[in-house]
Amino acid sequence: MSLTPDTIRQVAHLARLELKPEQVAHYSQQLSDIMTLVDQLSSVDTAGVEPMAHPLDMHQRLRSDVVSEPDQREQFQAIAPEVDNGLYLVPKVIE
Amino acid sequence: MSYDSKTWEVVIGLEVHCQLLTQTKIFSGAATAYGAAPNTQADAVTLGLPGVLPVLNKTALEYAVKFGLAVDAQIAQRCVFARKHYFYPDLPKGYQISQYELPIVHHGHLDIEIDGGVKRIGITRAHLEEDAGKSLHEGYSKQTGIDLNRAGTPLIEIVSEPDIRSAAEAVAYLKKLHQLVVYLGVCDGNMQEGSFRCDANVSVRRRGETKFGTRTETKNVNSFRYVEKAIEFEIERQIDVIESGGKVVQETRLFNPDSGETRSMRSKEDANDYRYFPDPDLLPVVVTTADIERIRATMPELPQAKKERFIAQYGLPAYDAGVLTGEQALAEYYEAVVATSNGDAKTCANWVITDLLGALNKLGKDISASPISAARLAGLIARIADKTISGKIAKEVFEAMLAGEGDADTIIKAKGLVQITDESAIVKAIEDVMAKNPQQVADYRGGKDKLFGFFVGQAMKATQGKANPDALNRLLKEKLAG
Amino acid sequence: MHTQSIAELSAGLKAKKFSSRELTAHYLKRIESFDKQLNSYITVTAEQALAQADAADARLAQGQGGALTGIPLAQKDIFCTTGVRTSCASKMLDSFIAPYDATIVSKLHDEAGMVMLGKCNMDEFAMGSSTETSWYGPTANPWDVTRVPGGSSGGSVAAVAAGLAPAATASDTGGSIRQPAALTNLTGIKPTYGRVSRYGMIAFASSLDQAGVVARSAEDAAYVLQAMSGFDPRDSTSIERPVDDLLAGLNGSIKGLKIGLPTEYFAKGMSAGVQQRVAEAIEVFKKLGAEVKEISLPNSPLSVPTYYVVAPAEASSNLARFDGVRYGHRAQDVKNLEELYKRSRGEGFGAEVQRRIMIGTYVLSHGYYDAYYLQAQKLRKLIYEDFKRAFAEVDLVLGPTATDVAFKLGEKSDDPVAMYLNDIYTIAANLAGIPAMSLSCGFVDGLPVGLQLMGNYFSEARLLNAAHQYQQVTDFHKQMPKAFV
Repeated sequence: MSLTPDTIRQVAHLARLELKPEQVAHYSQQLSDIMTLVDQLSSVDTAGVEPMAHPLDMHQRLRSDVVSEPDQREQFQAIAPEVDNGLYLVPKVIE
Repeated sequence: MSYDSKTWEVVIGLEVHCQLLTQTKIFSGAATAYGAAPNTQADAVTLGLPGVLPVLNKTALEYAVKFGLAVDAQIAQRCVFARKHYFYPDLPKGYQISQYELPIVHHGHLDIEIDGGVKRIGITRAHLEEDAGKSLHEGYSKQTGIDLNRAGTPLIEIVSEPDIRSAAEAVAYLKKLHQLVVYLGVCDGNMQEGSFRCDANVSVRRRGETKFGTRTETKNVNSFRYVEKAIEFEIERQIDVIESGGKVVQETRLFNPDSGETRSMRSKEDANDYRYFPDPDLLPVVVTTADIERIRATMPELPQAKKERFIAQYGLPAYDAGVLTGEQALAEYYEAVVATSNGDAKTCANWVITDLLGALNKLGKDISASPISAARLAGLIARIADKTISGKIAKEVFEAMLAGEGDADTIIKAKGLVQITDESAIVKAIEDVMAKNPQQVADYRGGKDKLFGFFVGQAMKATQGKANPDALNRLLKEKLAG
Repeated sequence: MHTQSIAELSAGLKAKKFSSRELTAHYLKRIESFDKQLNSYITVTAEQALAQADAADARLAQGQGGALTGIPLAQKDIFCTTGVRTSCASKMLDSFIAPYDATIVSKLHDEAGMVMLGKCNMDEFAMGSSTETSWYGPTANPWDVTRVPGGSSGGSVAAVAAGLAPAATASDTGGSIRQPAALTNLTGIKPTYGRVSRYGMIAFASSLDQAGVVARSAEDAAYVLQAMSGFDPRDSTSIERPVDDLLAGLNGSIKGLKIGLPTEYFAKGMSAGVQQRVAEAIEVFKKLGAEVKEISLPNSPLSVPTYYVVAPAEASSNLARFDGVRYGHRAQDVKNLEELYKRSRGEGFGAEVQRRIMIGTYVLSHGYYDAYYLQAQKLRKLIYEDFKRAFAEVDLVLGPTATDVAFKLGEKSDDPVAMYLNDIYTIAANLAGIPAMSLSCGFVDGLPVGLQLMGNYFSEARLLNAAHQYQQVTDFHKQMPKAFV
């Protein structure tokens, strides 16, 4: 599978990564190599095989509905890039 | 409805996001109280800080199962959480934990009453997911403020089949669904605060066509009235587009309550590719038959069953039973009144529906904040039943109770409102009235039967309304006959 | 002091031969003297370490504290540590001071009383096999500073191998404990998935990530792993099951232990030198009474492509939270929200992380999910079933950890596929979730060679027992790189 520069740009957009033009060509080559490695997967007949999402054959544990987390806004916002009046700020969101 | 329904058929499916009434978030122990200062309920898990992990809230799961049982749905004995990816500042992790291929609830239905008949609306699925935070645009010119308190609040997203054929049906379905989740105690139903939100998928097609038309999704319509208006607007807009030779575009639209119109949300049009996959931080959720039965045992009597019981047990008309079972608290109030008043069930229903609800409506209060308790209303009705007061005097007592003057007996005593049953006193009043109105007596006796009402009124007035009406009528007839 | 085992250090502290402060100061001094050559630490927490050492000394003076109280330890910089930068070796988190401790950090330092020396270098977000992708520059191998120490836990192994810490925590998603341990003459163990809490360990691939330890012997590793294992209610994938006593069984005989040699691991790929050392190790195990037989793990050759779907898919999702809004790197002078995201992430992530995010995004995207992600999950099942069959026949599986000894810095850094093939022997254990370890089995041209042991679920005690018995009759693990003695 070869990943064209267009595909790279699309994927980078979905993943919100800014790429410089020279990176696009470079990644196109490298990711195509990686996908060639990955394409070995298609050689195996997996009809009837159950997909395995997780190594453990366990089920989800449940938590009691009891408040355990105090307000820690001050500590959490101390490491935030931009806050005002307790709000995280981002460039204007247009809806 | 102003479109030509002979030509056009409307197809509507609703997606309702219903916040579950838990103390904490779906995947962490942060509080979910509404109205807290921004980000004070955003803990490490809610914020998506690196390294922190989700653990599922047991109550959220049980509430989803409860809902599923209430709509006669299948409860998945094994369901899976999946990640839905998109970048948005109110979505802290860059993905929403939701359910995709295996939702907890599927294949249910809800019966609505419409045009005097009953229509069944299919419920495709209801899945558990986390709510997003809020973006606040006011107060900043070039920026948006993000409050993540709401992020991580448990939701069930209830997806209907495209079985709905009009705005009126959509509203009937929503109201029924709203009533149900509030009854179940799984949601507070507060639409202003966003606890119960609706997205409407609307399409139109010419009658006889078998394929659905292209649909639009109108987001976050937050009152029953807006749902109706938004859908009606959308129906007419789509018909206009088609009739003028255009094509409906599949898109997300936003309803503007001020203009009553919907508009395209360009910001959401970025071709979405949500890249769902099973959340590797969470394991499959297993709900056993025993779990389901345990939850079933905690189910309250549901509105439809309660309504049917009210009709059978109390002999009420369907309308009265419907009103009284509209809210759990109202139904409880009514049943308490019937049980303690010794009054006739229909009389009790009249008092609750006409007098009490009318008064509460004026006061802008709901039943749980009623200034007259069920016991006091029952006390009043008991005094009518034992003929201590007449129905007319009872209205006066009711007003006094509403004004906080005490229970019925206290008010009757204080105001001297006990009914006069002493016939000699009533006869005296009648004789006085007849003496004062000789002309009317003569006219009555001359055949003007209609004057009977005049004498009743005057005699009542003379006894300050306290005369027993049956006795008054009988005695008046005797006296007038001469 | 830095040549002593944890048991010896613990005895020395208890006998008051030296204090924890003296021991800690000794290591801090060595870090100051030697780490310029290695770059094994991103952050050295000297002041905090001495304070923890004093607290440990106070506990010891009162006759309190356990075997690890007062023993220094280095933390891989993937574990959140309150008040200390937790960078994951990324520019993205250069400014990130964690507001909480990872569960293993509280277990090792608050409960067991170990002293944290600092935070170790690693491949950025643990993505790499050479520790060259770190934003803070590469770490050198103490056995030859022109070579890589392996990765992603390269800082952890370099620090321990050079005597700049008695042991270090590490994490292993596809071999990140075992391959660097192999390349630096250490013993490293990745326990069963779910045995050690992942809470506070910055996620790379959630269904594969598992924390563990690198140390100078199986016994040292057992001490630390014992203290970090156990159920954690804050991790849904943590296992509610008592932890075995890892130390009690170390001295048991391994006579009759059934060891399987997977045909596929010995077929090709290994260098002649590695093959020779592994063959010699097999003879040692035979002498110790183990029964050795050939087995087959037929799907293991596909573990690399399977992994390079599963791991990037999960990583692309786990790393979506780094968006410059709530913490971490934020691009300056952005025009709009999309630019904030794209530039913060474009600037904050290095090339290898970007590659994996893009691979993961691609394989999960519409139209490719079934062909890649779902197919990889099915392969994962087949790989798991290979092990299930193997462990019906044998107690342990033995093979090489890496194809060769440490390679030169820069040798593979622009060839991702060559780099990925480094993990060919280690990845299968992560896909299946079984415990696995690496221990030194000798040298080729003065460079260490690693031997890998893999066991069935929860067989950490048995793995450590076999490794310890091997280390009783060999002395490779006792050797230190000459430049750092």
